[in-house]
Amino acid sequence: MTRKRKPKLAVWKFASCDGCQLSLLDCEDELLTVADEVEIAYFLEASRAVVKGPYDLSLVEGSITTPLDIRRIQQVRQASKFLVTIGACATAGGIQALRNFKDINEFISVVYARPEYIETLDKSTPIANHVFVDFELRGCPINKKQLVEVISAFLQERKPNTPAHSVCIECKLRGTVCVMVAHGTPCLGPITHTGCGAICPAYYRGCYGCFGPMETPNTASLSAWWSRLGAKEQDILRVFRGFNAYAEAFRKESEVHEK
Amino acid sequence: MKSRTIKVDYLARVEGEGALYVKIKNTTVVDVKLKIFEPPRFFEAFLRGRAFTEAPDITARICGICPIAYQMSAVHAMEDALGVVVDGQLRALRRLIYCGEWIESHSLHVYMLHAPDFLGYESAIHMARDYPEIVQRGLQLKKVGNEIVTHLGGREIHPINVRVGGFYKVPTKQELKPLAERLKWARNAAFETVRWTATLPFPEFEQDYEFVALQHPEEYPFNEGRLVSNKGLDIAIRNYDDYFVEEHVPHSNALHSVLKEQGSDNLTGRPYLVGPLARYNLNFHRLSPLAQDAARSAGLSPVCRNPFQSIIVRSVEILYACDEALRIIQEYEPPEKPAVEVQPRAATGYGCTEAPRGILYHRYRIDDDGTILDAKIVPPTSQNQKIIERDLYQFVSKNIELPKQKLTQQCEQTIRNYDPCISCATHFLKLNIEQE
Ligand code: SF4
Ligand code: SF4
Ligand code: SF4
Repeated sequence: MTRKRKPKLAVWKFASCDGCQLSLLDCEDELLTVADEVEIAYFLEASRAVVKGPYDLSLVEGSITTPLDIRRIQQVRQASKFLVTIGACATAGGIQALRNFKDINEFISVVYARPEYIETLDKSTPIANHVFVDFELRGCPINKKQLVEVISAFLQERKPNTPAHSVCIECKLRGTVCVMVAHGTPCLGPITHTGCGAICPAYYRGCYGCFGPMETPNTASLSAWWSRLGAKEQDILRVFRGFNAYAEAFRKESEVHEK
Repeated sequence: MKSRTIKVDYLARVEGEGALYVKIKNTTVVDVKLKIFEPPRFFEAFLRGRAFTEAPDITARICGICPIAYQMSAVHAMEDALGVVVDGQLRALRRLIYCGEWIESHSLHVYMLHAPDFLGYESAIHMARDYPEIVQRGLQLKKVGNEIVTHLGGREIHPINVRVGGFYKVPTKQELKPLAERLKWARNAAFETVRWTATLPFPEFEQDYEFVALQHPEEYPFNEGRLVSNKGLDIAIRNYDDYFVEEHVPHSNALHSVLKEQGSDNLTGRPYLVGPLARYNLNFHRLSPLAQDAARSAGLSPVCRNPFQSIIVRSVEILYACDEALRIIQEYEPPEKPAVEVQPRAATGYGCTEAPRGILYHRYRIDDDGTILDAKIVPPTSQNQKIIERDLYQFVSKNIELPKQKLTQQCEQTIRNYDPCISCATHFLKLNIEQE
């Protein structure tokens, strides 16, 4: 394919662990190829070279947790033609959204001796609450193969092929014995978004939902199954209050189990 | 009067977000600040009320670069609280997965983040145009580290297989075999890495540090040992809080950790250095013979006080980790059970392990049901911040005549010597100390 110029790629970070953007550097076999196809214009984890915007593709990691970041994400949006959020932090507020269920003032004073040094919002929110997002890639962390698929799709101007069914389907496809049926291990797989490759059941543990809710999940039915398997109310509450606690389906279900 | 400031608003090629501020008046450095503005994520606060079994999965999310370190410190602290000992092959597998993380994280830093500084490139991707084979070697070395973590942990970032008591599933002998082949290649590549990094141009910059690292009677340290320093510290992990203290400074969202002066509650304690340089200086004699030889033949003496040479030391540690991983795989026999039984009880547990960037301390108090009542986590970057600022002060004072652009670039390099992980450093709370 011939192009007039290479598309400019930018990688932005908000409140996060850096794991999702690291996924790009973890593409050891593809990284230099990707670097041939796009101009890495802004990616501070990897390069001190900064090329001015506008950017053709922006990957955004992390959630919004400070007043400054609200302004910064708007600038990123303005400077980006195509904006893709990567990971549970950016798509659902991340693990740091656990603060959203508490009184932040109490929370800060429990934790910080010098709260005046800290500037933070009372909620950790996904990027899409603040600006228009063109595409969301799930996972904590994202799957690097899916990341390469998203970048390729962008370059070829097509829709990324990232299915939205449950982890159960992936389990079946890889031929893993169901840990819930075979061992009575509670598993969040039936309502969790696919993408990880159904890793946990293959290692004999239940899914804990790090890819967040699938499309139209039946959370109530799954909670009932968990109870039958012996999970206590607070266990169910905790598993929904995980890395995607503020994703709507998980949030609502968790509230049902709150005392 | 001439006054200059060096400002770097966003430090590149570090994990997380930080900035640098140096103020110079005439020919004297008057202020140095390593600013960490990465927003706090409150981990220690929301660990309260979670189950003890969740600590490895949750704390892994503090840092995507070294999730194994968080998982290892968490499981060791919990096992300490519950009076459980994980030994034999399960213990060996923990060392193996940690080897994977060291190889992955050190290769990332050596090749992708640090080497470009020495050779004058903006990034490894720019460097790859002139040194394609070298960058490829770095990427493939990193990949071997990731393969170990993925094999044992399910995936390279935030692995799912680590639990309090051991693992959810352990590999068969057969399953580890392909890793051994890859590791033999990696061991050679690591050897080449040591030789190559030793040829880089190093600024003359020897400093007198207090090095702090774990020390184990038989092994190069990963998960266990006593906390020792070259200036007389020698304590059990559980006594950490008696000797170390953290302070909250206005310019940083990350705490600064210092060594308390004994017998005083004075907050201006001693700064100290953790990480590869500290481990190497305190444990050179525990490296494998091959790693020792590689270090010597690269002209590195068992004592290294030049932080710029940490890139060679990291390479020596990659070589050691390859060696150690191979040894573990060769001696591996699958354990009968993937994990030791654990029963919760009310207790406090302490854990400290050697993350790629240095010691990572965890302390948890749990109740009868295993619910976490209180958590404290001190990551390596908090501990190195004061030393980084001191290095900057010294470095700028020594090189004050350099043109600004060059000086700025070298200041950044001075910070990158520490491979600082800013994401880690900001999530730490519980600030009891005030500073005015
Ligand atoms: S989604 Fe998970 S892996 Fe990605 S940045 Fe957030 S915490 Fe890290
Ligand atoms: S193990 Fe979990 S994800 Fe897999 S099929 Fe069973 S319920 Fe679904
Ligand atoms: S928790 Fe669920 S979504 Fe996450 S890796 Fe495990 S199986 Fe996949």
